[in-house]
Amino acid sequence: MLEVKDLHVTVEGSEILKGLNLTVNPGEVHALMGPNGAGKSTLSAVIAGKDGYEVTSGEILFEGKNLLEMEIEERALAGILLGFQYPVEIPGVKNIYLLKAALNAQRVARGEEEIPAPEFMKLVREQLSFMKMDGSFLQRAVNEGFSGGEKKRNEILQMLVLQPKLAMLDEIDSGLDIDAMKVVAEGINSLRNADRAILMVTHYQRLLEHIVPDRVHVLVDGRIVKSGDKELANELEARGYEWVLEESAA
Amino acid sequence: MASQEMEELVQREYTQGFVTDIESDTVPPGLDENTIAFISNKKGEPEWMLEWRLEAYRQWLTMTTPSWAHLDYPPIDYQAISYYSAPKKQEDKPQSLDEVDPKLLETYEKLGIPLHERAALAGVAVDAVFDSVSVTTTFKEKLAEAGVIFCSISEAIREYPELVRQYLGSVVPQGDNYFAALNSAVFTDGSFVYVPEGVECPMELSTYFRINAANTGQFERTLIVCDKRAQVSYLEGCTAPQRDENQLHAAVVELVALEDANIKYSTVQNWYPGDEDGKGGIYNFVTKRGDCRGDRSKISWTQVETGSAITWKYPSCMLRGKDSVGEFYSVAVTNGRQQADTGTKMIHIGEGTRSTIISKGIAAGRSDQAYRGLVKVGPRAKNARNFTQCDSLLIGDRCGAHTFPYQEIGNSSATVEHEATTSKIGEDQLFYCQSRGISEEDAVNMIVNGFCKDVFQELPMEFAVEAEALLNVTLEGAVG
Repeated sequence: MLEVKDLHVTVEGSEILKGLNLTVNPGEVHALMGPNGAGKSTLSAVIAGKDGYEVTSGEILFEGKNLLEMEIEERALAGILLGFQYPVEIPGVKNIYLLKAALNAQRVARGEEEIPAPEFMKLVREQLSFMKMDGSFLQRAVNEGFSGGEKKRNEILQMLVLQPKLAMLDEIDSGLDIDAMKVVAEGINSLRNADRAILMVTHYQRLLEHIVPDRVHVLVDGRIVKSGDKELANELEARGYEWVLEESAA
Repeated sequence: MASQEMEELVQREYTQGFVTDIESDTVPPGLDENTIAFISNKKGEPEWMLEWRLEAYRQWLTMTTPSWAHLDYPPIDYQAISYYSAPKKQEDKPQSLDEVDPKLLETYEKLGIPLHERAALAGVAVDAVFDSVSVTTTFKEKLAEAGVIFCSISEAIREYPELVRQYLGSVVPQGDNYFAALNSAVFTDGSFVYVPEGVECPMELSTYFRINAANTGQFERTLIVCDKRAQVSYLEGCTAPQRDENQLHAAVVELVALEDANIKYSTVQNWYPGDEDGKGGIYNFVTKRGDCRGDRSKISWTQVETGSAITWKYPSCMLRGKDSVGEFYSVAVTNGRQQADTGTKMIHIGEGTRSTIISKGIAAGRSDQAYRGLVKVGPRAKNARNFTQCDSLLIGDRCGAHTFPYQEIGNSSATVEHEATTSKIGEDQLFYCQSRGISEEDAVNMIVNGFCKDVFQELPMEFAVEAEALLNVTLEGAVG
């Protein structure tokens, strides 16, 4: 589904990703781990198409299409959705309005009718209660005055409504207390199915206790230096990143 | 009677003044006392009205164009403007929509004002002004039942001279400022509303102004009087077709609210802004002022300004009555080479008076805009309160936004608050929306509309939708 081949990316003149390779197949959950500054968030930002990142070489294919030639919204409409570490506030724009606009953009891109209001409300209400969110969320401005946990839940709510093919979650566990973490994890787990891939960027193994990954990758200095199954995450938790660094240097 | 004298006066002066046949629908460019007499005569006005106009004209001659605004435009040649223009076939005024020239109605359709539908569906009475003559007035009868007078100012001068004489110029005197003086001398049409004591106007009143003929200035004059405990909501929509020349629009709007009266005045202005290089477009120099004359009266201005090459406009409130309330909600959007200097004045005179100012400025392209607001608290205005919030949103890096708040506080018990922010449209906000599959243009519209929400929610429902649509059109191609 997703193929990242020898990706080199610079930000403001300095190289952050230095030849990254990654393949994600449908139905798989991948966890991308690594120390601060390794380039974890850069990868998800580049896949989503954020400005300010210069791809100097390599390619990214999504279902065989060259992602780097696509606009941000085209990537989203192709089925890629990024859950933000720090979702931005958009004053005056109701949450429900953004959700509906996003869903309808998808449907129109697929040549479908816009969703009728009652059907939309039903869909949103179901997912809202699944995320243990109050109906008032819909009427509040996007992320404005939301607590850290509320913002993260809202990101997952969008995923549940938009049903992406590839869900990318950037440090979705940061700033969550244990109860919020459980709700968010349940939301993500409910997204798991044979056709969907999930790519999680995280610092800590804690999240992976709730969402068990199929593959774990360690990103160090712009390259994936080690990959393994969920046991690798446990090992990292127990031993830190040092040994991986040493191993890869050897 | 006076009209015969008038006729003679006009006839006599034609021979010396401009050479034109009297049947002409447009007077040649130029302004002198003859022009004013011609207009007054065309309108069938009584003599006092002509005198009033001439008085204004003589004052205007002694005045100079204000230069304090943050605007840059070449001097206007007032002798190059034609001061009266009426569409063809207007001498016999249509009595119903069926009699209106279909071409005229077609133009209104293009402007998105399906007159019958709008009036019928929304229960809106529309007094449509096409150039200088009021074309048609709908729902007049229903209003008459409630005792509400809603007609063109020309008709009011003829039919309700006592009311007009009592209130005209009582809020904006003839010599108030350069453009108001010019308007007082040459105004050709506009609306008059009188809501009698205790009456709540049964529908929204609405006027659409439109400048059509090239090289004509439009000088409309609107007077709204709300008697004790009366209420009215009035909306004006303005638009104009594209012309290469600059056109002048110098309107005056006067509002009078007596005891416990409530006037809500909303404007959606979309005059032609000129092309990308700043060629053409409307010069909009408008004086709008409301007088909260009675205790507990309230006047609320809501404006959405998206058009005009140049805007010079400060809808204001004179808060005379005890506990009277003034409000100003404004969205000003500029793109291309547009310039806007707009804001408000809240003059607190009475005790316990309150005012709220919410101003949202959005600048894109190479446009430049300024918010200019005065909050003045007089010595008798004990416990007066004002809250001001002005926010500016910049799109791109070639536009400018400026804030000039003035405060003159003459009573120590007053509470005056001012908040101001300037922000650039966030790339993070755009990225967030786009990464949800929303196009950049839709994302900009969404963010900008969100920014303006506090003001849009003050607009009557159906016009809020229109305002959003206008905003989107104005900002087309503003990003990227």
